[in-house]
Amino acid sequence: MTMPRTLAFCYLSLLWQRETITLSDLLRFVEEGHIPYINAFQHFPEEMKLYGRDKGIFAIESWPTYEDIYKKVIEIAKFLDLPRFPDITEDSYLHPNILCMKYLMEVNLPDEMNDLTCQVVKMTGIGEVDFLTFDPIAKMAKTVKYDVQAVAVIVVVLKLLFLLDDNLEWTLSNIAEKYNEKNKEDKPWFDFRKWYQVMKKSIDEKKQKWEEARAKYLWKSEKPLYHSSIDRAVVYKRREMVVSLQKQFSALVDSAPTVEKKSPSSFQFNWTEGDSARTCFHGHGLQGILKKKGQSLTTKNSLYWLSTQKFCRSYCKHVTTYEESNFSLSYQFIINLFSFLLRIKTSSLHEEVSLIEKILFKRKYGKTKKKSRSRKGRKY
Amino acid sequence: MSDFSEELIRSKTEDDKEESCVFSGTGMSFPWLQKHIGTVETGGKKEKDFAQTTSACLGFIQEALLKHQWQQAADYMHSYFQILEDSDSHKRQAAPEIIWKLGSEILFYHPKSSVETFNTFADRMKNIGVMNYLKISLQHALYLLHHGMLEDANRNLSFHCTYIPHLLYPFILQLLDYREVVHEDDYAYNTASQNMFDHSWKTSVNLRALIQTPGVWDPFVKSYVEMLEFYGDQDGAREVLTNYAYDEKFPSNPNAHIYLYNFLKREKAPREKLISVLKILYQIVPSHKLMLEFHRLLRKSEKEDHHKLGLEVLFGVLDFAGCTKNITAWKYLAKYLRQTLMGNHLAWVQEEWKTRKNWWPSFHFSSFWAKSDWKEDKALACEKALVAGILLGKGCRYFRFISKQDDQVLRKKIKQIKKSVKKHSVVNPGL
Repeated sequence: MTMPRTLAFCYLSLLWQRETITLSDLLRFVEEGHIPYINAFQHFPEEMKLYGRDKGIFAIESWPTYEDIYKKVIEIAKFLDLPRFPDITEDSYLHPNILCMKYLMEVNLPDEMNDLTCQVVKMTGIGEVDFLTFDPIAKMAKTVKYDVQAVAVIVVVLKLLFLLDDNLEWTLSNIAEKYNEKNKEDKPWFDFRKWYQVMKKSIDEKKQKWEEARAKYLWKSEKPLYHSSIDRAVVYKRREMVVSLQKQFSALVDSAPTVEKKSPSSFQFNWTEGDSARTCFHGHGLQGILKKKGQSLTTKNSLYWLSTQKFCRSYCKHVTTYEESNFSLSYQFIINLFSFLLRIKTSSLHEEVSLIEKILFKRKYGKTKKKSRSRKGRKY
Repeated sequence: MSDFSEELIRSKTEDDKEESCVFSGTGMSFPWLQKHIGTVETGGKKEKDFAQTTSACLGFIQEALLKHQWQQAADYMHSYFQILEDSDSHKRQAAPEIIWKLGSEILFYHPKSSVETFNTFADRMKNIGVMNYLKISLQHALYLLHHGMLEDANRNLSFHCTYIPHLLYPFILQLLDYREVVHEDDYAYNTASQNMFDHSWKTSVNLRALIQTPGVWDPFVKSYVEMLEFYGDQDGAREVLTNYAYDEKFPSNPNAHIYLYNFLKREKAPREKLISVLKILYQIVPSHKLMLEFHRLLRKSEKEDHHKLGLEVLFGVLDFAGCTKNITAWKYLAKYLRQTLMGNHLAWVQEEWKTRKNWWPSFHFSSFWAKSDWKEDKALACEKALVAGILLGKGCRYFRFISKQDDQVLRKKIKQIKKSVKKHSVVNPGL
């Protein structure tokens, strides 16, 4: 049992309880230090002496990654022979409708987009209880990456509305801007360009602070770990040296206002109405990009492009790859934004988006599938 | 929802991202392969976050140092010390040197640091590893010297005298220089100079050995020669300098020749000797300011070769952008061109001008330069105008501009220039 596995086990229990926390939140709390992980042994009672092999387990030099923990979650659940987990219904936090709403709020997108996300969820069937609930016993045991999937749905909706081809979204923004200038009293139309400017600034600031905090992170604890009694003296001496050097230099550093450790929060961004410095787009309307078609509304944009043309079916474990330069800058921005939020790799998010599209556009993929069948059969 | 048509729109991005894909030429991308290639260096293991954050930290320190943000640098340094506990032994062994270099830099410049802080830091760093001890000690001594704490520096050094003697002499010499500069008027100078005497004879034997090994020892040679001259050993000094300049084993060093030349000048050596020394310098650094002196020597000489070389040297000096506003050079050139042409050596001038006539006009004599030179320094402009007139004829832009200028003071001069150009111009009106 290692630290990552322990963390995975904790997550399983949270999932069983259907707590309002996603895997990405959990890992973020670990990185921010709210959950002891890196030097967890510091909190052990005095009597527990660690040496030898324990060092390998407890002297951690990397933060847990999403992919890694996710894999371990499935492994452990299978190993423990766990039964089917309690159902994830429409009321639970982990249901895509609710998570979509949460993430829409977090990235400052209009509440009206919620309808669209719900529609996509319905069409793809990813909101079904059976799909969502984790069942380790099932042949293809998989748990849904709830957070990644919700975010992927949002990306798909953005593509539906704005196409994200570095062209249409800006044209629509121009229209929205013109309307907003003329009609200052009405509910403003959502302007993609303004949203982009606000979000880019915020995310860049956050990213910068995050990188600086990471660079200053102190990995080693006060109680150093050692392999055997021979190492002990050396290890302790080193620690003493480091501590004395640090003391010397901390006197040089301006006694900065002690940064209060923020209490853990599920939200990384907070947007409020009426803040002129940082516009809040929650209340903005989507009229500019939707148009009436009979009884219902439909998007002005009638085009779409798929994130992946063809899925890989070889043994390489990846379903698709993400080569940034193949995609529009807007798409890259959106992917980067959400992957930073969840602290996952951009390729993972892109893969999830492709998988949603695969379900949504079954017909398109079905056509290509037929084509490949007509070719001479090739074993993968 | 309306019908969606499949459209994969590939948009143009900014310059291609470098390492994001392997084999990008064929349009295939294998991100997993790139990752594996990256781990070959680390023996197949993925880079740990510890290594990643510490190298990011190092990057921030270096950036802060470049921008002179000492506070921030100290802050990051505080976090960087943990590299001394890195589980990777390579990094752990390389750490003390890096920490010493960065830490001493920060402590040197940080407003809040003092000599005590530096001393404590140096003492602590010395205790990590034997090889570092001496290096750090020497640099520590230099720091103390800089802050005027001679006794402490002395104490530091004398303690290490038994270690590697030849490394210490540069520092002793610095000590000597320092005392000379600071204590010139001080009565303590006499006692200091007595010490100096004792010190210097002790070191001179070893210094000679040092200088004989091939290398660049400019400050040592200079100080050593000064010392020898001070004690009257001219022959010794000459020998050292000649050796230093002419020994083939030594790397080509223009300063060696400069020192030798200055020495010979002080000694009032014959002109021939001076010329031969400077000739070599001319070959190495044709744009040196000593070249004007060289030209004077050549001019005064009786040999015709030297006269020709004198012209070459002048042209050579003015080839360089750093000398374009050197009024002496232009004055000499103007005068010398007249002299040469009067001596019926048109061929020399033509030979020199052949390689330059394509680019000198726009380099020196464009209308921009005409206006700018006239504004800045009228005397310079006049000299240049004369040269331009001689070499390019009176039709050239520079000459025409200057000759049209109406200046009270220089009117006479300009008239003279016009006359000279008429008489001596190289350009045939017929061509």
